[in-house]
Amino acid sequence: MRVVKNLWKDKLAAASFLVIMVTITAGIAAPLIAPNDPNEVNMNLRYAASSWEYLLGNDHLGRCILSRLIYGIRPSVLWVLVALFISVFIGAVLGFAAGYFRGKTDALVMRMCDTMLSFPGYVMALAIVGILGVGLENILIAFILIKWAWFARLIRTSVMQYAEQGYVKFAKASGISDFKIIYQHIVPVTLSDIAVLSSSSIGSMVLQISGFSFLGLGIQAPNAEWGMMLNEARETMLTKPELMLAPAFAIIIVVSAFNFLSDALQVALDPKLVTSKKRSFGTNAKNKLQEKEVAS
Amino acid sequence: MLKVDCVEKAYKKGGLFSKERQQVLNNVSFTCDYGECLGIIGESGSGKSTLGRLILGMEKADRGTVLFEGGKVTDRRVRSGKLSAVFQDYTSSINPFFTVEKALMEPWNVRGIARREAQEKMDSLLDQVGLTPSYRKKYPHELSGGEIQRVCIARAISTQPKCLLLDEAISSLDVSVQLQVLDLLIKLKKIYGMSYIFITHDIQAAAYICDRVLIFRNGRIEEIIETSRLKDVKSDYAKKLLRMLITF
Ligand SMILES: Nc1ncnc2c1ncn2[C@@H]1O[C@H](COP(=O)(O)OP(=O)(O)OP(=O)(O)O)[C@@H](O)[C@H]1O
Ligand SMILES: [Mg+2]
Repeated sequence: MRVVKNLWKDKLAAASFLVIMVTITAGIAAPLIAPNDPNEVNMNLRYAASSWEYLLGNDHLGRCILSRLIYGIRPSVLWVLVALFISVFIGAVLGFAAGYFRGKTDALVMRMCDTMLSFPGYVMALAIVGILGVGLENILIAFILIKWAWFARLIRTSVMQYAEQGYVKFAKASGISDFKIIYQHIVPVTLSDIAVLSSSSIGSMVLQISGFSFLGLGIQAPNAEWGMMLNEARETMLTKPELMLAPAFAIIIVVSAFNFLSDALQVALDPKLVTSKKRSFGTNAKNKLQEKEVAS
Repeated sequence: MLKVDCVEKAYKKGGLFSKERQQVLNNVSFTCDYGECLGIIGESGSGKSTLGRLILGMEKADRGTVLFEGGKVTDRRVRSGKLSAVFQDYTSSINPFFTVEKALMEPWNVRGIARREAQEKMDSLLDQVGLTPSYRKKYPHELSGGEIQRVCIARAISTQPKCLLLDEAISSLDVSVQLQVLDLLIKLKKIYGMSYIFITHDIQAAAYICDRVLIFRNGRIEEIIETSRLKDVKSDYAKKLLRMLITF
């Protein structure tokens, strides 16, 4: 509850949260919200300026840009989030196990990660698409396979650092079960690290998805996707630059909202309101100062 | 009550496939009785903390056993609530996300003690370690080192353990606070009648509080001697250690 309250006090965080929520809802309810069919071609309206019927105008095939933007939320944001959650989940489970239990578990998990990470991400994705065929879901599978190892590695490092702390030692000594120690002591302190890691990779994942769409490996042509819209607009970049604005802003706004939210979350999760956990003993006055800095 | 029998421990050195091992503990055996205060003295890196971790059942010994009231200490049920510890580094000994109250509740939660009962006990517990009930709502970063160490002691004795292990519990405090905490420990020992295993590299502190001291060197027990007869130690190492103290 304290976390929610802290978040709410931070205006930027509240705004970011709102943006993300609206985006997700719009994506889920796209057929209800979108004013037009996103794939309806109307050659008479090519490059039309905005009108009441087509609020953001029409693209090079006369399709409604706003509708395409709204439908594009699904692959660009929703599916990316799903892939992200799955890979963070796998990474977290293995990372917690490796970082907390150490020894053989650690060695095994880390060698697995090394193997996965030794392939360049794009090559791996191409190989998976080559095996499974073209399509958004295969790109997402590729993403999960590439990303989990990365998350597992980073989460393990973070867990290791906290598993050495005195309160974990005391909990172990007083006979609390490992599962409970992880859940009570380690998850809360690593949560902010995980939030920052995930949010920073959302941006790159959104861009990668569109990269694959551009190569024709991800989402297929008539369907809307932000990256693909950008690529389509790129062809007329010099004559009609305004076509790039809508998808570009959509990507920028969503990615920044995630980044702002993760930053705010990191602060809100910490009772000291200090960004770094390792700095354990700041004075009160200093904390207040930082609190103000964050709020302003 | 606590019986350490021929314990050995080695840590792997180097990487995954390295066979090289560093022997940290060598054939360590001793006992600690109810109500006794046993000091373990040794220089840095002699394996005192490792021995402490084995006594607390946090790690398994390679050979030998640690028995607590007849049961193996690596079994969580044997030590639950009866064996407790205070560690050296007070900066990390309380979860920064926990208030003092929540930190003190932790051992009680494990033992399934009702919230209301615990709340009542908490004030008297805080009082015993020389803190007021107003400390309950504080976070660890709002406390001084000595206060945190007091909270840690309160947390450690909250389940009324039979044995309390103090691993350099006072080493990071300044001298006057060290003395206060030592006096507090002596007072608590009278109230609860528990035994202490007092790990330290400070002979003076050990002599102040312990009944017997165990002189530890390179993972071996050099000598076990009663504090009152500390003057007539036999081994060369112990003599050297004492001489160094006198020259200080
Ligand atoms: N988990 C571990 N893995 C590998 N080596 C370890 C581990 N823990 C301790 N050691 C090694 O065991 C030796 C003894 O360490 P220990 O912490 O028990 O010493 P200590 O007597 O407590 O020293 P200090 O007085 O500085 O606390 C050290 O050489 C250390 O490198
Ligand atoms: Mg030590």
